[in-house]
Amino acid sequence: MSKQTITVDPLTRIEGHLKIKVEVENGVVVNAFSSGEMFRGWEIILQDRSPIDAPPIVQRICGVCPMPHGIASVLALDDAFDVNPPENGLLIRNLLLAAEFVHSHILHFYHLAALDYVDITAILNYKGVDPKLNKIKDWVKADIDSGTKSAGAPFLPRYEGDYITNVDVNVQAIASYIKALEIRRKAHEMLAIFGGKVPHCQTLFAGGVSTNLTLDRIIAFQSRLAEIRNFVNNVYVPDVLAIASLFPNYFKIGKGVGNFLSYGGFPDSVESNNTGGNTFFSNGVYIAGNLQEFNPKLISEYVKFSKFSSGSNLYPQNGQTVPDAKKQGAYSWLKAPRYDNNVVEVGPLARAVVCYLKGQNLEFKNLIDSVLTKLNIDFSDLISTMGRHAARALELKLLVDKMDEWLDRLNPSKPVHNKFKIPKTSDGMGLTEAARGSLGHWISIDNWRIKNYQAVVPTTWNGGPRDDSGNLGPFEQALIGTPIADPKNPIEVGRVIRSFDPCLACAVHILGAKEENIELKVCLC
Amino acid sequence: MLITRKKFLQISAGSIAGIALSNLWLPKLLNASNAKNGKGRLPIIWFQSQACSGCPVSLINTEYPGIDEVLIEVITLEFNPVIMGAQGDLAMDIIERVIDEQAGQFILVVDGSIPIEEDGLYCTVGEIDGKPVTALEWIKKIGKSSMAIVAVGSCAAWGGIPAAPPNPTGAVPVSKVIKDKPIINIPGCPPHPDWMIGSIVHVLKYGVPELDSLGRPIIFFGPDKIVHDNCELRQYFDAGIFAKDFGETGCLYELGCKGPVAHCDVSTRGWNSQVNWCNRSGGPCIGCTEPFFPGGTGSGLYEKLPAAEVPGLAKINANANTIGIALGGAVAAGIGAHAAARIVATKYRQYKEEKTREKGTPYILKEKDNEEE
Repeated sequence: MSKQTITVDPLTRIEGHLKIKVEVENGVVVNAFSSGEMFRGWEIILQDRSPIDAPPIVQRICGVCPMPHGIASVLALDDAFDVNPPENGLLIRNLLLAAEFVHSHILHFYHLAALDYVDITAILNYKGVDPKLNKIKDWVKADIDSGTKSAGAPFLPRYEGDYITNVDVNVQAIASYIKALEIRRKAHEMLAIFGGKVPHCQTLFAGGVSTNLTLDRIIAFQSRLAEIRNFVNNVYVPDVLAIASLFPNYFKIGKGVGNFLSYGGFPDSVESNNTGGNTFFSNGVYIAGNLQEFNPKLISEYVKFSKFSSGSNLYPQNGQTVPDAKKQGAYSWLKAPRYDNNVVEVGPLARAVVCYLKGQNLEFKNLIDSVLTKLNIDFSDLISTMGRHAARALELKLLVDKMDEWLDRLNPSKPVHNKFKIPKTSDGMGLTEAARGSLGHWISIDNWRIKNYQAVVPTTWNGGPRDDSGNLGPFEQALIGTPIADPKNPIEVGRVIRSFDPCLACAVHILGAKEENIELKVCLC
Repeated sequence: MLITRKKFLQISAGSIAGIALSNLWLPKLLNASNAKNGKGRLPIIWFQSQACSGCPVSLINTEYPGIDEVLIEVITLEFNPVIMGAQGDLAMDIIERVIDEQAGQFILVVDGSIPIEEDGLYCTVGEIDGKPVTALEWIKKIGKSSMAIVAVGSCAAWGGIPAAPPNPTGAVPVSKVIKDKPIINIPGCPPHPDWMIGSIVHVLKYGVPELDSLGRPIIFFGPDKIVHDNCELRQYFDAGIFAKDFGETGCLYELGCKGPVAHCDVSTRGWNSQVNWCNRSGGPCIGCTEPFFPGGTGSGLYEKLPAAEVPGLAKINANANTIGIALGGAVAAGIGAHAAARIVATKYRQYKEEKTREKGTPYILKEKDNEEE
């Protein structure tokens, strides 16, 4: 049987512009190409600005996940300014970031990924009395009866495929989809209580936050958190496990490279900033079956297949890149970051693997073990398409409990911010975990201005193209071996890729150095 | 402030978004409320260019009406890459069908700026015959067939951060790419969901809302919507009490608040189900609804507004205390702080333009303080 090429462009229900091209032989993917399709040149505009402009501007790299960029940025500024937030400031930053995890994970599962599994037309067979579900049923039915080609838009049309056939499971998932819209909105309300507004919050500054901490704000946050925890424990986690149990084959599909990286995140004290010391998520690297200590110096970036015409295999701080939209042979605006020359995956699964093997967070390990038992799968099965969804749900379950602890430690009579001074010359680094994986920002300050700014972003790690040696990126490796039942409806491609929760706006951005107008220093992205 | 159709006609006879209205497309606009699909909903193609998806995420934060209500009762969202079921060619075919079969009857919503350098190759969406198609080509093509265009977010409305100097990709707003269609600009980074839904409902029920000279609906961005004029911290400004550091109580003017030059109603509307808003959180307004946002190199988001002469008053901004006293006095004298704010706004725009040109002489917050120590 001859090879067939299938292109999914745009791959929707993600953030940003992504093209996936696969070659299929005998019904199985044998080759894959992941292409980031948009480039903005983000950090160039940061140059010559005041360093404190960075947190609001870098948040706007991405409207789905602005907070991690803001957090990484203020950590880099804290480092460069030699200032630390007071405990209230540290805890509010954790709560802001955690609230974004809630919004992001719930949005990702229900509103982006679930439509690959759930048959929304099952609503037509709904027999219950829930007014909202009946309203949706009437809406879809009326559209179909009217003969409009837009029936069920924007949820239809869709690829045909092996959707869930059980009406009850489908209807439950649709009801959860609606409820999840409200829950993730409330997660954003929590975020706004301490962040002013969201997307793109107002309150992140070096030395802490600007939010005036009052009891009514704590109560308003706590009340929403209680409702959200109830949803996570009683709806989100059960829904993920229910859908996962109906697709046991996806614990074998999309396994990918099997190497993992986590910077660690959510420090318990300022001493743990950037160090991965006492943090909610552990830091570490898992390569070829061995857990190693993380060392940022081992990161390098390759550009042979990226649309940049400058040097390759460079440590990000030394990297130089000239964007070249028409470079021959290049197929992505993403670069190919590697850790010690290894392809590594970042994200909730990477955090779960590192936390599980490191054993620092026993609660996390025990929770994973209990779910493995419940689903009757091995730890190795967790490294898969469905495993990524499960890891995402389980970390959120623990995180919403942790948020309550942080909230309890807040003290309205204590400050939220320590004064800072912008130094004439300094460097800073900020490492954290975004919902989608490990995120690092680096800043260089000269003459009180930003001289250089770099960001290393989760989707660049996961969605980058081949490196110079031809090693496929994590998305690409995960696609290899994926069965495609119907080349006209390659639903399997989207299932594998969406399990990573791609965010392309984050992944593609370069930063410049002003010495040469043509040559631009580039981050790992 | 919903306007009547007659009033709309009168306004339309003037100009919208700075584009003189041509009789060629005016009748189509008047048919806006008839140009619905069979169910009375407005068909929409929502296209993303150099976007961060903050605009659609903000849209789904709408509380009343809920987003499910909007999708079922207000619009037919034919295409939106973030939430649609379809992907790949199946998705792009929807665009082809709508621009073919519903020409002149749908609204094109765009978020993100549009890169025009390198033939637009900085943003591509889909392929035709194996060749990438640029966002620039798509927006021209869809725009041509649309009834009107709604540019949501400051990137689509003004160019936003991607277009800030040195604008590496040649990013431009929608209005630079499409010249012959009515464009409603709904700026903000991101826009409040009420602004987006309110404007769309207005089009559906009454036609295009009244716009200011920059194409923004005045019901949300009008001259009576200066952030500073309606700010709950205004009492501190009038009393001359200024926060000197982040997290302190007081007016945020000294910390660079752009409220006196920013047009939008968040100071009364509130963000995220009204739980908070920018200045209430102690994070100074950064003027995200304005064309100057985020400014050029050297212009800080937290840079204090520049000095401005106000007739009959002491020089503003000699120091913050003077302003409070001066403007307090202005109110007492019946001159009106609003007039003062307008003058500050004009001065500020001129200042920004100068600063943007003069790369290399930036203003750095607290630079002076640092030098002293």
